[in-house]
Amino acid sequence: MIELTVNGRKHNVDVEPEMPLLWVLRDVLDVKGPKYGCGIAQCGACTVHLNGEPVRSCSVPVSAAAGQKVLTIEGLAQRGQLHPVQKAWIDNEVPQCGYCQSGQIMAAVALLTRNPSPSDKDIDAAMTNICRCGTYARIRTAIHAAAKSPKPAKAKA
Amino acid sequence: MPSSFRPSRRDFLKVSTALGGGLALELALPALGAEAKGPELTAWIVIRPNDEVIIRVARSEMGQGSSTGLPMLVAEELECDWRKVKVEFVSSAENLRRNRVWGSMATGGSQSIRSSQEYLRKAGATAREMLIAAAAQRWKVDAADCDAENSTIIHRPSGRKVRFGQVAQAASRLELPQDVKLKDPKDWNLLGRSARRLDIKDKVTGKPLFGIDVQLPGMLHAAIAQCPVFRGKLKTVADEQLLGLRGLVRVVKLDDAVAVVADSWWRAQKMLKLLPVEWDPGANGGATTASIREFVRFGLEDSSAPVARNDGDVEAAFSQAAKVVEAEYFAPFLNHAPLEPMNCTALVKGDRVEVWAPTQNAEATHAAAAAAAGVALENVEVHLTYLGGGFGRRGFQDYTRQAVAIAKAVEGRPVKLLWSREEDMQHDFYRPMTMMRFKAALDAGGEVTALRVRDASHSIMASVRPQEIKDGIDRHALGGIIDLPYSIPSLRIEFAMRNSHVPVGFMRTVFHSQNPFMRECFIDELAVAAGRDPVEFRRPLLKDKPKDLGVLEAVVKASGWGTPLPAGIHRGVAVQDSHGSYAAAVFEVAVSSEGEIDIRRVVVAVDPGHVVNPDSAEAQVQSCVAYGLTSALWGEITLKDGRVEQKNFDDYRIMRIAEMPRRIEAVLVPSGGFWGGMGETPLAPLAPALCNAVFAATGTRIRALPLKSQGFSVASTA
Repeated sequence: MIELTVNGRKHNVDVEPEMPLLWVLRDVLDVKGPKYGCGIAQCGACTVHLNGEPVRSCSVPVSAAAGQKVLTIEGLAQRGQLHPVQKAWIDNEVPQCGYCQSGQIMAAVALLTRNPSPSDKDIDAAMTNICRCGTYARIRTAIHAAAKSPKPAKAKA
Repeated sequence: MPSSFRPSRRDFLKVSTALGGGLALELALPALGAEAKGPELTAWIVIRPNDEVIIRVARSEMGQGSSTGLPMLVAEELECDWRKVKVEFVSSAENLRRNRVWGSMATGGSQSIRSSQEYLRKAGATAREMLIAAAAQRWKVDAADCDAENSTIIHRPSGRKVRFGQVAQAASRLELPQDVKLKDPKDWNLLGRSARRLDIKDKVTGKPLFGIDVQLPGMLHAAIAQCPVFRGKLKTVADEQLLGLRGLVRVVKLDDAVAVVADSWWRAQKMLKLLPVEWDPGANGGATTASIREFVRFGLEDSSAPVARNDGDVEAAFSQAAKVVEAEYFAPFLNHAPLEPMNCTALVKGDRVEVWAPTQNAEATHAAAAAAAGVALENVEVHLTYLGGGFGRRGFQDYTRQAVAIAKAVEGRPVKLLWSREEDMQHDFYRPMTMMRFKAALDAGGEVTALRVRDASHSIMASVRPQEIKDGIDRHALGGIIDLPYSIPSLRIEFAMRNSHVPVGFMRTVFHSQNPFMRECFIDELAVAAGRDPVEFRRPLLKDKPKDLGVLEAVVKASGWGTPLPAGIHRGVAVQDSHGSYAAAVFEVAVSSEGEIDIRRVVVAVDPGHVVNPDSAEAQVQSCVAYGLTSALWGEITLKDGRVEQKNFDDYRIMRIAEMPRRIEAVLVPSGGFWGGMGETPLAPLAPALCNAVFAATGTRIRALPLKSQGFSVASTA
């Protein structure tokens, strides 16, 4: 049994230690926000936070997350209030198909946590997730907007 | 199911008994019947007593925004409060039962708005007239004295008011009025103004909206390996090797593929990789990119190729030419690469089939499921999910047929088939490899007197709608060439169909994504040969095409074409109509001595006739820039030993934020009087405008894509 804390809730899962965190989340715990896009840490659709750091959960074996805190898009809102990044995504109508956006938002939240007012260059370096619909211009605008918004209560993993 | 699997059912995942006794899953997206408790006014509209308006959508939502744009068309005429609108998707089974009352469910070719705008606006107007009639009957007044406005009927003489919800029940019992009058576009309140998309909140909170998110009680997971060589077959599978492995349910052998069914997708995929499989590659196991290119290229030489268009006297013009310009162009195979890989969930139970699919054509999915299961159409139910990108790929139904075949093998249990990214990359219906040879005659004044085009291309229609091919000519493959907007006295266009073993299909903008590259770069070559500015050169040639000329002028004005640029910055231009709309683009680039392209500015002018939702239209321009530039810069599928060499995003590069041009200007110039597409047209002029700018900067003429293969890279700011 491997113990995980996902969005503040403890789970014990009986799976192979090498099973990627993504598939434990999606197929075992029914947490469907993180998406499968490539399986090789290229696209970032599976991005979640592990102890506050953004990781590509398709390439993290669940054993590496044992006993640690996992935060997914589903755990971002606090007390029914959307995270400022989610609000900025809504205000700027970022999503098109929406498939990559859970990962994009988790990457953006991580960026803003360590760098509250990122430059365009900082955004380029940190936001390596693929969006096939090309919502990049609006992602950039939304990150700058979220950086200017009041700081949220820290999301607890 | 092993004890470790404890699916925590979420509140919005309601499992209910569906038609036919199967299991229906209510995803977080609205399915038919989920919302529609209330009187129906036309097949498209349900109005509840609390004034909530349910508007039905028959086309798939794949990011293009039609699940907002289509309801806007209805709401404009209905005169309802837009804030009270909710959307639900129609079901293909219900469409079948009701004699296709919702028309086509196909979502492609930028058709959603333009081919349904009239009947959707009529539905809104019809419902509005019914509501007015019901209110007039209630008040015993003349309906002509009543108006509808903001979900309210008003009797002008008395000032009396009644809400839609109060008369909807009575209105739904009235006869449908005929010949309703549609509003003059100048009176529109909603259309042409940016409305908030209705699907945004669910997409930023991680709701399970997509086909890949389908979760059903007792559901199994399938991973698939398809014969790596197209048209090859499955020979042998040593499935006994997997016996006893954790999670295995069974191995399913298909004609050209093998699937492992297990209790989780990861386990199924892991076992698939362990499975010894022998393939029969068939006749094409030796094909390479070079051999296919040579095969296509023969079409440029073939003296028997049919003539698709022959105006004037080309030979006479060439014999009198002051200058002759010739060039050969090439565009490679491309993969669609929607971020959500192909998937489909199916349940076969006796003679009934239920399917959950992210499909661009629910009716085609319905038919494919029926055929794969060998049951009547009436016995099939398709649940449409949101699509994690489509781009044309999801109009094809190979994944549906496979999912149903696999579900048949585990009858009684739902099974979700998911392709790995590698399968998705290596088993597509690729954008066709195409080659073209141009030869043009210029007179002493630099005027084009003749143009000869030989197109050697794969044909999509040959496999999809062969009846559209006449005398060996595929007019679809000649898009942008056979109907070129330029007035040239002598014109001869020849077509050589060259179909290799590689399956080809519609990909965003289809032939208008490669043919304009060839045509507009060649026109640029002619401008250079004539010693003229590329815009000045095009203007007189477009004299008979005011709409094409209109977008050219719009992009010239917006980009400041002709005004001085800082040292090292150069411009390129291109114009192209497609999918019922008109587009022109100007690129500003700097190119380093190492061939690194820095795209400083992209200006795209589009005339789609009418713009429904300007904010969504702007998003489509941005989307076309990312998609079109990914193709132009890096996109190339190559083959070796009959199979695709690329596997994943590490060898099939997709544009990221650091490479996305910072300045993208969408110039919307709707001229009215027609309805064109918006999701594909803006892409058409991008590759040629970029390549023409690269020529202006370097003197290097790009005649083959991608730019990567020609020694160019793109500046990244990361």
